[in-house]
Amino acid sequence: MIWQTILLALRAIRRNVLRSSLTILGIVIGVAAVITMVTLGDGATAQVTTDISKLGSNMLQVRPGQGFRGPGGTRSTADMFGVEDAEAVSREIIGLEAVAPTASRSQQAIYGNKNWSTTVMGTTNAYLQVRDWDLASGSQFTQSELRSGRNVCILGSTVRNELFGTLDPLGATIRLQRLSCQVIGVLESKGQTGFGRDQDDMVIVPLRTLQRRVAGNNDVSAIYVSAQKGISTTAVKEDIERLMREQRHIAPGEDDDFHVRDMEEIVSTLTSTTRVLTGLLGAVAAVSLLVGGIGIMNIMLVSVTERTREIGTRLAIGALEREVLMQFLIEAVVLSSFGGLFGIILGLLAAAAGAHILGMPFIFNPGIAATAVVFSAAVGVIFGYFPARKAARLDPIEALRHE
Amino acid sequence: MNIKKENHHLIELADIAKTYGRGAFAMHALQGINLHIVKGEFVAVMGPSGSGKSTCMNILGCLDTPTSGTYLFNGIDVGALSRDQRALLRRNYLGFVFQGFNLLNRTSALENVELPLIYRGASARERHSRGREALDAVGLSGWESHTPSELSGGQQQRVAIARAVVINPEVLMADEPTGNLDSTCSREIMELLCDFNKEHGITIVMVTHDFEMAHYAQRTIRFLDGLVDSEEFNGDKQS
Repeated sequence: MIWQTILLALRAIRRNVLRSSLTILGIVIGVAAVITMVTLGDGATAQVTTDISKLGSNMLQVRPGQGFRGPGGTRSTADMFGVEDAEAVSREIIGLEAVAPTASRSQQAIYGNKNWSTTVMGTTNAYLQVRDWDLASGSQFTQSELRSGRNVCILGSTVRNELFGTLDPLGATIRLQRLSCQVIGVLESKGQTGFGRDQDDMVIVPLRTLQRRVAGNNDVSAIYVSAQKGISTTAVKEDIERLMREQRHIAPGEDDDFHVRDMEEIVSTLTSTTRVLTGLLGAVAAVSLLVGGIGIMNIMLVSVTERTREIGTRLAIGALEREVLMQFLIEAVVLSSFGGLFGIILGLLAAAAGAHILGMPFIFNPGIAATAVVFSAAVGVIFGYFPARKAARLDPIEALRHE
Repeated sequence: MNIKKENHHLIELADIAKTYGRGAFAMHALQGINLHIVKGEFVAVMGPSGSGKSTCMNILGCLDTPTSGTYLFNGIDVGALSRDQRALLRRNYLGFVFQGFNLLNRTSALENVELPLIYRGASARERHSRGREALDAVGLSGWESHTPSELSGGQQQRVAIARAVVINPEVLMADEPTGNLDSTCSREIMELLCDFNKEHGITIVMVTHDFEMAHYAQRTIRFLDGLVDSEEFNGDKQS
């Protein structure tokens, strides 16, 4: 019986192709909107994740203060680290690849008549290792340059472009306020971080140089650490926390006055943000799916009125109430499912185009496609039921007389 | 639902009354109809508008139930049947031909004729062969794929007759089948109905306003004010 009812429904849909396609338009748009939003959202999440993994997924940052606590935190009052803290980490913690103490200042970089406001970071070659950052040209600092704090620097590609344009910066001398230093290397371009900060807008000098000639103190504002492959950053994080409490003489029960951030934490913060956005956009799109369902109900009701005589004929011929009900219900479900399928195709095309324009990865999520099909079929059942019941309950005599 | 084929009276109406509305607004459409129709008979029902003939046809066609009285179809008390049971009775034993043809638009003649077979759950092959057979029997072989809008009125009514007889019904209910047709077409349609009546033994009950059409029947029943006014046999014309 179900097969013959499907047959009847398909014949009825085929009889009026134009109306059928108009009926499903709402569903097509609704599903397409959901698919586009969710697919683009997934793409954005994936982009953020890959951007952050470019930072080095095995990287940890140790900073004074209480991290993300905001007002009331002790960031501003906490003691800075010293080089000996970095040395202690390097010495005591097992499973590390590199440990880089860093300190930085905002400075004006000047070459000839060009100047550029940038960040000067004092660190060691270990920083490049932690960040997995290669040089585009030139060389890293030598041990003696690091030890004695020589006036040498490595340029980020943004600074290099701003100051030198097409000229070769190697061997040239730039001024960082009172400090003149010779360019010995240029970093490869890394692009923007997931936060939107330009990572290439930076000049690296030996830590010693920065401390003595720019900052005038021996502070280390952050320690960058990278764990060896296969070592859990969570375990390393705990080890470092224990060690730093010791180094900084924090009594048991007292809060840390430093913070160890691993990338997982940053990744989860950012991806949860994009997920919330994806969810919101998807919800807005889902409303349009609901509107599409109401559209189906509307057209089905019109269709029932318009086909009253047909229904009367079917009833006279001997169609049972439930057969008429099923026919109209199946018509609605078939229509809305077709709408769902077209919507998925349209949505994926739109998402692919959008991803291309926004330069994001295109990620096909079969789960959301399946959900869309099931959901649109459900819309058909829910919004098709009322018109179908109306059709099935018609009085055959009245229906036959209907003009 | 077992129908005893040997039953003499295929249709028996006893004291059938039908009242619409209640109290002061009650309209007594039928006021006690007694009627017998024998298997294989061709009966014409006539009467002015409002005489109750349409109401009676609806009751005979199991589309409606009487307010009081008994309707035995082949011994079955139709009044005791549910809506679905009456639908099944129509599906298996009754064929309908309407004044307005009532074919499905944008649907080929063959698909229209196949419709009752779909509800009977016939296989595609059986549907096609019986559908073609029925169209052939009404003289429309070669027109299977035409839709109603591509057919003349007479042809549409032939398709409707094919749809009614494709299930090989006990009774064919024809409600003014020639009401929308010119006289030539009407005669052709009546010849066709007579053929089915004689050759296939299908009982026919036909409502008509036209005396000429009524004369194709073996018996004419006249309705007036919700009662059977007169019955008249046209036996001499038919045999």
